[in-house]
Amino acid sequence: MPERIIVPFGPQHPVLPEPIHLDLVLEDEKVVEAIPSIGYIHRGLERLVQKREYTEYVYVAERICGICSFIHALCYSQGVEHIMKVEVPDRARYLRTIWSECSRIHSHLLWLGLFADGMGFENLFMRSWQLRESVLDVLEDTTGGRVIQGTCKVGGVRRDIGQEKLDEMHRTLDPFEQQCRDLGDVFLNDDTVKYRLKGLGVITKDEAYDLGAAGPTARGSGVAMDHRETGYAAYGDLGFKPVVETTGDCYARCAVRVKEVYASIDLIRRAIEEMPEGPIDVKVKGTPDGEYFSRAEQPRGEVIHYLKGDGSKHLARARIRTPTLANIPPLVKMLPGIQLADVPVVVLSIDPCIGCMER
Amino acid sequence: MTVNEEQTTTGIALEDLLREVEALHAGGYRLVQIGCTDLDGSYELNYSFDKGYQFRNLRLTVGPETEVPSISGIYWGAFVYENEMHDSFGIPVKGINIDFKGTFIRTDEKYPFSVTRRGGDRCQNA
Repeated sequence: MPERIIVPFGPQHPVLPEPIHLDLVLEDEKVVEAIPSIGYIHRGLERLVQKREYTEYVYVAERICGICSFIHALCYSQGVEHIMKVEVPDRARYLRTIWSECSRIHSHLLWLGLFADGMGFENLFMRSWQLRESVLDVLEDTTGGRVIQGTCKVGGVRRDIGQEKLDEMHRTLDPFEQQCRDLGDVFLNDDTVKYRLKGLGVITKDEAYDLGAAGPTARGSGVAMDHRETGYAAYGDLGFKPVVETTGDCYARCAVRVKEVYASIDLIRRAIEEMPEGPIDVKVKGTPDGEYFSRAEQPRGEVIHYLKGDGSKHLARARIRTPTLANIPPLVKMLPGIQLADVPVVVLSIDPCIGCMER
Repeated sequence: MTVNEEQTTTGIALEDLLREVEALHAGGYRLVQIGCTDLDGSYELNYSFDKGYQFRNLRLTVGPETEVPSISGIYWGAFVYENEMHDSFGIPVKGINIDFKGTFIRTDEKYPFSVTRRGGDRCQNA
């Protein structure tokens, strides 16, 4: 039997934008066990809910993550709105959907770039991030912020998008989609990419479900689960079907994200076409008294904001379960059996967002 | 087609936890999260499960020193939530499949959200 050694992976590693540590137990170059540890950037943001008024905490919620920031704000806001029985105007629901899908596209393009970089495909990395810039430009144009938008609030949204801007966005969607499809074509059909990703880090459908996997990690293994199906924001009006792959390997998780970019573009297009007229917010009176598990679909999967109010202006508790935490057990199961050189690609394939996870 | 989401919360006793979780596992539910809320000197634990967007929540209340049995023998991935619960709130969890013994979340201060922690809240941003 080969001698076993432990190789530390992270918290500082070229493929890790944020710190997570894995102790990799190796036999020669083969991983036999992986033990994770986290907590390098734990911020205790959940506790701040007791120090900030419930209307102010949306700013904190938005800063849990620098990528899917808008969806955190949305999930928090809709949780408070549910407790306080606030009906959000239709136009606000559609605007929330547009900004959520812009967040998803730029998050996936960011990940595709990092993934290409992890594979050593530098040109693909640069092209992915070049496309991402155009989405960030739209977010900056419509909200004033590239990654922290500050537009979602309890009771609706703070800013509207004028018809002229909506028309301009609609016009740019077709060429943008074509550029994304050209990029996606490389990820889905290039021989080098397929050779690097197929059959790597496999997790079966039953394992993914049983381990509580979320988002593209679950859908890449054939689990057809996407919280947008429940119809929050305007997804119920627009209609939505999850993108699912079945092979459960790194290629499948990559393919899900590529195809979700196309699906998000389609959702934005239809949201613009069906955008209702009317107000963008309602006045919220009173204080939250009750509890709710608010759920939304982030780029990395299902996020949960458990909110509990006691009738005061501060919430008594916010507990946030982010998708990366749910995807740690599947990651631990993906790693045994692979070669050490493949570990960075497999770790990246769950799209780890440590800032989110540590909150 | 939009799927209607339902949320139900059931209060249970500590000794019934494993039996209830086993029943949900057998019923095809996936573990969504385990969370903890402090309640004036005790803790409210929420074990959340989902099947087809039907959200089931098991709730129990325990004292700060009460040992809680691990459900990681039923749901292997529960170790992340149970270690988090231990490291953040100081709740002892017995029988976790991967027990980090307080090192899963590396906080400056031990058990930062514990109801028995002395010295008050030192959060700099508060």
